[in-house]
Amino acid sequence: MSKFGKKKKEMPAVNTASLPDIVFMLLFFFMVTTTMRETDLKIENPRLPNATEVKKLEHKSLVSTIYVGKAKDKRLGSGDKIQLNDKIATPDDVTAFILNERSQKSEAEVPFMTTSIKADIKSSVGTITDIKLKLRDVGALKLSLSSRKSSEIQE
Amino acid sequence: MARRETPEINAGSMADIAFLLLIFFLVTTTMDVDSGISKKLSEKPPADYVPPIIKEKNIFEVNINRNNEMLVEGETMKLEELKEAAKAFIDNGGGEGKVEDGVSTGPCDYCKGARSASSSDHPNKAIISVQSDRLTEYGMYIKVQNELLKAYTELRNRLAMDKYRVSFEQLEEDFKNDRTNEELKKKVEFIRTSYPQIISDAEPTS
Repeated sequence: MSKFGKKKKEMPAVNTASLPDIVFMLLFFFMVTTTMRETDLKIENPRLPNATEVKKLEHKSLVSTIYVGKAKDKRLGSGDKIQLNDKIATPDDVTAFILNERSQKSEAEVPFMTTSIKADIKSSVGTITDIKLKLRDVGALKLSLSSRKSSEIQE
Repeated sequence: MARRETPEINAGSMADIAFLLLIFFLVTTTMDVDSGISKKLSEKPPADYVPPIIKEKNIFEVNINRNNEMLVEGETMKLEELKEAAKAFIDNGGGEGKVEDGVSTGPCDYCKGARSASSSDHPNKAIISVQSDRLTEYGMYIKVQNELLKAYTELRNRLAMDKYRVSFEQLEEDFKNDRTNEELKKKVEFIRTSYPQIISDAEPTS
């Protein structure tokens, strides 16, 4: 029976010396993938709609983003607000915004520039249409209506 | 000599520090890949532009009112039924295709629709017109756009499956990875022109 008696040995402590290494590895992964938002939102964080037929936006540097939603600051009223860069703006400012974005890019890249509209699901189509008309006037025809990828649309 | 050996630095709390940092980055990370429904806006028409006359039967009219209710071809419809209705309309193939550069595309030989005389002639003539109210919710608008795009995707996939034994999504993916492949390019282009996405946004009613 002495053979079985051997099993009663005390369990050795698990070596945790490599734990910091593992944690550091994870840490670096998250550090690298983190993107800090460069503009702070003046509107409430838009709840993006879900859609199945979405396309990934490529060439992030060529994307200009327009936010649409309710203003965080209640003094600005309760209607839909448009945010360009870090200011609340009107649809008329969209033209200047696009021209400004264009001036920062080289001539050859301009046709590939995309405008991404991040709008809250509760905002109204009228606001989006105003923006679209301005974009059409200025010739920024590539548009992406930002939405989350989901496998099925839930009602 | 009172030389003492320097004690080793206790590294036991290293893991704690690293964990703290890790949790900070975990919380601040937003892994949002920017994705969205891509649309191409139409160019601004010149002032003297006369819109071409389009037959009523080639237009699939979708109206969304301010209560987010949908009217399709004059009848109310639920969102779930929209995709099938759109597919039936696009894929009808009841007549001749449009004439491009003097070359007629002829009747649609890949359509599997009803070939009804009162619906669209050819996928390249079939126009889907979405008219919404200014007060329509954006979420509803996106849902409708999504259903319509899904109809196109399914038709394209079906055609690609029949012709090349591979789905259109796969075909596009392959082409994206191999831009120089002329054969793939031809295939993708063929499917795209066979079922062109013609979704027009009409001016909203106020």
